[in-house]
Amino acid sequence: MNQYDKASSRLVPYPSGALVPERDLHAMPVLEARHLGIDFGGLTAVDDFSVTVGATEIAGLIGPNGAGKTTVFNLLTNVYQPTRGNIMLNGYSTAGKSTHQVSKMGIARTFQNIRLFSNMSVLDNVKVGMHNHINENLLAAAFHGFGYGKAEKAAADSAMELLDFFHLADLAKAPAGSLPYGAQRRLEIVRALASQPRLLLLDEPAAGMNPSETHELMENIRRIRDTFHIAIMLIEHDMSLVMGICEGICVLNYGRIIAKGSPEDIKSNPVVIEAYLGKQGG
Amino acid sequence: MIHFLQTLISGLSLGSIYALIALGYTMVYGIAKMLNFAHGDIIMVGAYAAIVAVFQMKLPGLVAVLAAVLVCTVLGVTVEFLAYKPLRQSPPLTVLITAIGVSYFLQNIALLIFGSEQMASPVIMKLPALVIGGVQIDGITWGTLAVTCIIMLGLTLFINKTKMGKAMRAVSEDKGAAELMGISVNKTITITFAIGSALAAIASIFYGSAYVYIRPTTGAMPGIKAFTAAVFGGIGSIPGAMLGGILLGVIEQFAKAYISTLWSDAIVFGVLVVVLIVKPTGLLGKKISEKV
Repeated sequence: MNQYDKASSRLVPYPSGALVPERDLHAMPVLEARHLGIDFGGLTAVDDFSVTVGATEIAGLIGPNGAGKTTVFNLLTNVYQPTRGNIMLNGYSTAGKSTHQVSKMGIARTFQNIRLFSNMSVLDNVKVGMHNHINENLLAAAFHGFGYGKAEKAAADSAMELLDFFHLADLAKAPAGSLPYGAQRRLEIVRALASQPRLLLLDEPAAGMNPSETHELMENIRRIRDTFHIAIMLIEHDMSLVMGICEGICVLNYGRIIAKGSPEDIKSNPVVIEAYLGKQGG
Repeated sequence: MIHFLQTLISGLSLGSIYALIALGYTMVYGIAKMLNFAHGDIIMVGAYAAIVAVFQMKLPGLVAVLAAVLVCTVLGVTVEFLAYKPLRQSPPLTVLITAIGVSYFLQNIALLIFGSEQMASPVIMKLPALVIGGVQIDGITWGTLAVTCIIMLGLTLFINKTKMGKAMRAVSEDKGAAELMGISVNKTITITFAIGSALAAIASIFYGSAYVYIRPTTGAMPGIKAFTAAVFGGIGSIPGAMLGGILLGVIEQFAKAYISTLWSDAIVFGVLVVVLIVKPTGLLGKKISEKV
């Protein structure tokens, strides 16, 4: 019996009222954002954004173009410092932390437009992703000593394991920039996973994919959650993917949340339909 | 034939000094995306540090080298922290002008402390001359060549094999993405400046041994030549800086030996112009692709 079956995905409220899948009710939420907001000059890009993501939840963040979805990801990783509100990752506040410190707190992401280190090999890209977890003594490295060899070997082994998981092991030596598009997208996910996050943020993972590739991606996202037992939050325009795998969905429009709930709730929500398609009969 | 070989070897030796300095330019450009025009003056400081260590503090040669490396490393990191770090978000022109300011500042500090008179640099390494097949190679010439080869090999291994080296390459490709992998960009830039300045210190020892006399403006010419070498090889590329430096030294020595001492610099820069016309990104430079 899969611990991540349909029944366990049913959204139930925490005492605070935030909804998470039933199986995550007794675990600490991986992410709690409270009343997040950011202004650029006089323009409010995101306002009053509150969301709770359960420990093993697959959450979706959707909304029309320009709604502020990527801005939310940038706030969650402290690329932008929020003007208002606070973020708790695994129970710890990220206020005042820099981006690389937040990465150490268990959050990783991919990008809307692929941002691999394209001149580095596939394997080195993954090793850079493991930066937080390679314990390497520089002196040992200088003399190619025992500790260095061991740390480097262990890193290479677990990097290869991850690559194998996504059918990229054969390409380990190739420069990342030479990979076909779909493989580059997968490699970005592998690189993010290499940092052993508790929360993986995927920014439009299905962009530019055909339906069969999107289907494979859906399977992969589920496989990541089922294997690594982590939470995933994704921005996506492909509704078949969002409605197919997300448990909790959050809809953003003009920088504000207009709806939250299960895929069924969202599909039938008139406010969401209006935001996407315009007012009926208007 | 012997003359040719001797010229080639002295060119390789001079070129390897340029390469050491060029590495500092290219690494800083690759990672911090700035031209550190004060880099040449680090050489001058290194040379003075060696003079003080040997003649005034009576330290043995090898300790003096370490002292010069230490002084330059600390100076490079301090300059980065005080002058460049506050300008991280500023336009490149601001940083460039600041670097020129730092360059004049260092020259004038040296002028205040040591005066405008030239000073003799110490002989750090007394190596016997080698004679191979009738070609005589000075101790300092082959010593420079040997040490720089080891340093370049070590640096290549460091960049390609270690975690820090990979972090540096990652930062040079995409700062934002690297930061999201848990890499501290600021720390990486500091380490880059430290390595670049340490290499400049070693170059200063060889430069002092080869050219003997040091004055506050000594850093300018090797600085500009090494910068040329970095551009020649493709700025931002580490093998490019090595190749560019060595080629520049060889071209310079051949121009001096076979054409004219007076015209040697003109020929060197002329070759640079031709290379940049044919290959604007330098010999090993990466093609710049537009992000879409």
